[in-house]
Amino acid sequence: MLFDLFQYGFMQRSLLSAIAIAVICSIVGLFLVLKRHSLFGDALAHVAFGGISLGLFTGIYPLWTAYIVAILSAVGVNKLRESTKIPADSSIAVLLTSGLAIGVILISISGGFTLNLFSFLFGNILLVSVEDVIIILITDAIVIPVIYVFYKKLVLIIFDENQAKVSGLNVSWINTLFIILASITIIASIRLVGVLLISSLIVVPNITALMFGKGFKKTMFISCAISVFSVVFGIIVSYYSNLAPSGTIVLTMVSIFLVTIIAKNMKIRLNKITVTK
Amino acid sequence: MQPIIKVEKVSYYYDSFPSLDHISFSVEKGDFLGIIGPNGAGKTTLFQCMLGIVKNFSGEISLFGTDIRQNRKVLQRIGYVPQKKSVEQTFPATVSEIVSLGVIGRDIKRESIESAIEFVELGAYRNKRIGELSEGQQQRVIIAKALVKQPELLILDEPTTGIDSAAQDKFYDLLTRLNKDRGITIVWSSHDMNAVEKLASKVACIDRKLFFHGESEDFFGNEERMRSYVEFAMQSHMNLHFGKSKNLHDNTEKKNDAHVV
Repeated sequence: MLFDLFQYGFMQRSLLSAIAIAVICSIVGLFLVLKRHSLFGDALAHVAFGGISLGLFTGIYPLWTAYIVAILSAVGVNKLRESTKIPADSSIAVLLTSGLAIGVILISISGGFTLNLFSFLFGNILLVSVEDVIIILITDAIVIPVIYVFYKKLVLIIFDENQAKVSGLNVSWINTLFIILASITIIASIRLVGVLLISSLIVVPNITALMFGKGFKKTMFISCAISVFSVVFGIIVSYYSNLAPSGTIVLTMVSIFLVTIIAKNMKIRLNKITVTK
Repeated sequence: MQPIIKVEKVSYYYDSFPSLDHISFSVEKGDFLGIIGPNGAGKTTLFQCMLGIVKNFSGEISLFGTDIRQNRKVLQRIGYVPQKKSVEQTFPATVSEIVSLGVIGRDIKRESIESAIEFVELGAYRNKRIGELSEGQQQRVIIAKALVKQPELLILDEPTTGIDSAAQDKFYDLLTRLNKDRGITIVWSSHDMNAVEKLASKVACIDRKLFFHGESEDFFGNEERMRSYVEFAMQSHMNLHFGKSKNLHDNTEKKNDAHVV
């Protein structure tokens, strides 16, 4: 009964895409969270909104325009931050608002888009096409191997940029590469939870995993596990309860986060009681 | 024999203020050089120039006979321990993971990591997150990270600032062992004159300009020279604050020439 839904083609596509997205968002998200760029995903998604609007306005497939606009904007803002020493959160705010502004202007010029734009804003993983699935899998096939190759370099840069420079790393180039990876990850993920909820995929599994107190690789693995469980459980709940999948996925993640906080606090209290005795 | 570090007439200006002004000195193999100077004396800037982090300085710096701005491969032979920075408790990297970052771009043997961790006496903490360790222990992890690539030269920028005295003693003991037992050349900056006197074989006193460079006993054994250095540092700072840095440099030029070894 429960597993009947897996027989449907649209459900197989949506689960496959959701798992692929969950894994790369967790991996890229851990680096973003530790760089204190948690809202970078949100900002890029808003820029992507401008790109999607451009695609809908010009009749080009919206994800392609979103990719181009988001990558160019992210690299541009990163260079701006490096050359002017503008604080990271301020440059992210510039990115976020300018993307949204472009999108709003294009919508007003065209007299408003309806259904397509709504699905990009809030996502709907149940509507992914075969083309979407291919794009998402290609994104995974690019992001995961590149992160694997640059893993130690990225960790060292997050830990201490100066030490990374002394190790002979071209920090600026690696940061730019990472920004591009983050951009394509976020654009590929818009289909799952939409522009407005994308930050949750980047941030929530990772801050939950960080509470487990493990090393870098184990934290990454725990974050992926939480994320994959949340998307699968969220999609199943959404199917049977006829709720929006993006909402059920995000609430599942937040529930795991809250349960982890409560469990951790209880563990600390129990330890204190044991020590007192 | 070719010096390991050769700094020649290095100057660096930050927002029109001189951070470094015509600094020249060299470091020989096996030296344990203590660099002393007050806050803002340019010690960190000097290290950043030496390591190629800051490139737009005038003058020349060569490491192992190679210009640092031309060949960054030479950095593979150097271990660097920066000023202590606080690591967040939640930073998800264990001691082993941080130490393994000491070697980038080639494989590293598990035994090399273990050996570096054991050398800094943190074997019991290898699987702990670095953020859970005390500040003194965290600095020892950074030493282990620097040691894992078996450097010939170790550069430490005020590594013990803010660390309690017991942890400092342990750290100093570690540096002495590295210099004496392993023959690693050490260049180390510090505010702690007592520690420099005790540990370093050579001393360089800077306050944007080089006041003295030579054997440790030639500086610490000469009270007049030490007193004159304190006056030099105080005058240098007062003049800088009142915008008279140019006069200071003119006045101290002869003094520098007289004391530089």
